[in-house]
Amino acid sequence: MLNYLLSLLPSMFEGLTLTLKVFTLTMMLSLPMGIFVALGRLSKIKVISRCVKIYIWIMRGTPLILQLVFIFFGLPLVGITFDRFQAALIAFTLNYAAYFGEIFRAGIQSIELGQYEAAKVLGFGPIKAFTRIVLPQVLKRVLPPVSNEVITLIKDTSLVYVVGLGELLRSGKIASNRDASLVPLIVVAFFYLMLTAILTKALKLCEDKYSYYH
Amino acid sequence: MVLEVKGIQKSFRNDKVLQDVSFCLKSGEIIAVLGHSGAGKTTLLRCINGLEFCDRGSISIDGRYLCREDNGKTLYTDADNIKSIRKKLGMVFQNLNLFPHKSALENITEAPIFVHGISKAEAEKKAYQLLEALGIRDKAACYPYQLSGGQKQRVAIARACALSPSIMCFDEPTSALDPELKESIACIIEKLASDNMAILIITHDMNFAKRVADKIIFMEAGKVIQEGTRDEFFSKPINDTVKRFINSA
Repeated sequence: MLNYLLSLLPSMFEGLTLTLKVFTLTMMLSLPMGIFVALGRLSKIKVISRCVKIYIWIMRGTPLILQLVFIFFGLPLVGITFDRFQAALIAFTLNYAAYFGEIFRAGIQSIELGQYEAAKVLGFGPIKAFTRIVLPQVLKRVLPPVSNEVITLIKDTSLVYVVGLGELLRSGKIASNRDASLVPLIVVAFFYLMLTAILTKALKLCEDKYSYYH
Repeated sequence: MVLEVKGIQKSFRNDKVLQDVSFCLKSGEIIAVLGHSGAGKTTLLRCINGLEFCDRGSISIDGRYLCREDNGKTLYTDADNIKSIRKKLGMVFQNLNLFPHKSALENITEAPIFVHGISKAEAEKKAYQLLEALGIRDKAACYPYQLSGGQKQRVAIARACALSPSIMCFDEPTSALDPELKESIACIIEKLASDNMAILIITHDMNFAKRVADKIIFMEAGKVIQEGTRDEFFSKPINDTVKRFINSA
């Protein structure tokens, strides 16, 4: 049994590496992009806020798996090609930035007008007022909903199998089919549980970091 | 004159909130603007500190025009000038608007360091002096949620003083204070005035105005109804509205 488990590990770790790669890069790209999505959505310039609204509607209104298929299999039909990994990353980033954008928008709107006014009379320009006064308070407030999305993302990464990328779940399925065994799927579940446990802990630490004030 | 307000008008849609308001404020002088809520007091203050743009009229602070009426048109100065004029104007909001994620000390030093380019050491030295003068030096490291109402207000005053303004504006400073704290805020305001700062207080707390102000401006429906020294105002109310207001306290 132990030998069987050990024999599974190399391919599992390969899958895990890809899962983590998609996860980390999507986070690194979609979180900052989410802030800009939120600012665009709140923009006083009508054209910008309209366009962002439509973008959010499309991203939230269609399945992520369709977006993956569209970018990897659909776009080449009009001459735009990406490799598998690029396509996956683009789809995930665009999709998650839309969700993060809406979370950040709610966070930004929850900051009292008085905070902007206090900053303004102290001489802060709009950018400094946002980065030094508003954003830090927004981050504290949005951390719980962002944590939810982060946990969802780690599981959503399994969708990249549709473009033929060998992530964690795919490695498990291949082994399970090959060996007619349930064990690889249990191992996969174990990996996901470990990942979400670590993330939950890390996100809790982030929340603690912001708990120094109310 | 540190502050000159001349003929300012402000409407929100069809609602004329300020109609031809003028007054002057000298350094070391304490003026209280009295009136019922809705009389336009807060809008007047928001026009002076540039949070609202007035439709007509001129406002000059320390000899520099924030806005100026010329041939019937009111023009505002550019953003850089507004920023440097604002430095001359300290503001203590009714609900203080302290930054909750910054300590008392950081609330005070944030603007000097990150907006006005003063060194951290210098800004902190000044902040400690202010906290000391206001009797809350030991609260420097506390966050706003850890402070009492009176202490928070002192931090707000210190924050507004950090850029050494020539005018200090208070919006309803006594609204959340017990009588003892009202007296101590009156003392703080007098101390600021004795250091040659000009003080503008928006309030409907007549007893407080009576206690601290040199001059009183009474507003009603966007207009200045009566303006004069404290003694004049309380001994010779100009009409029944003012009389009723005085007698209501």
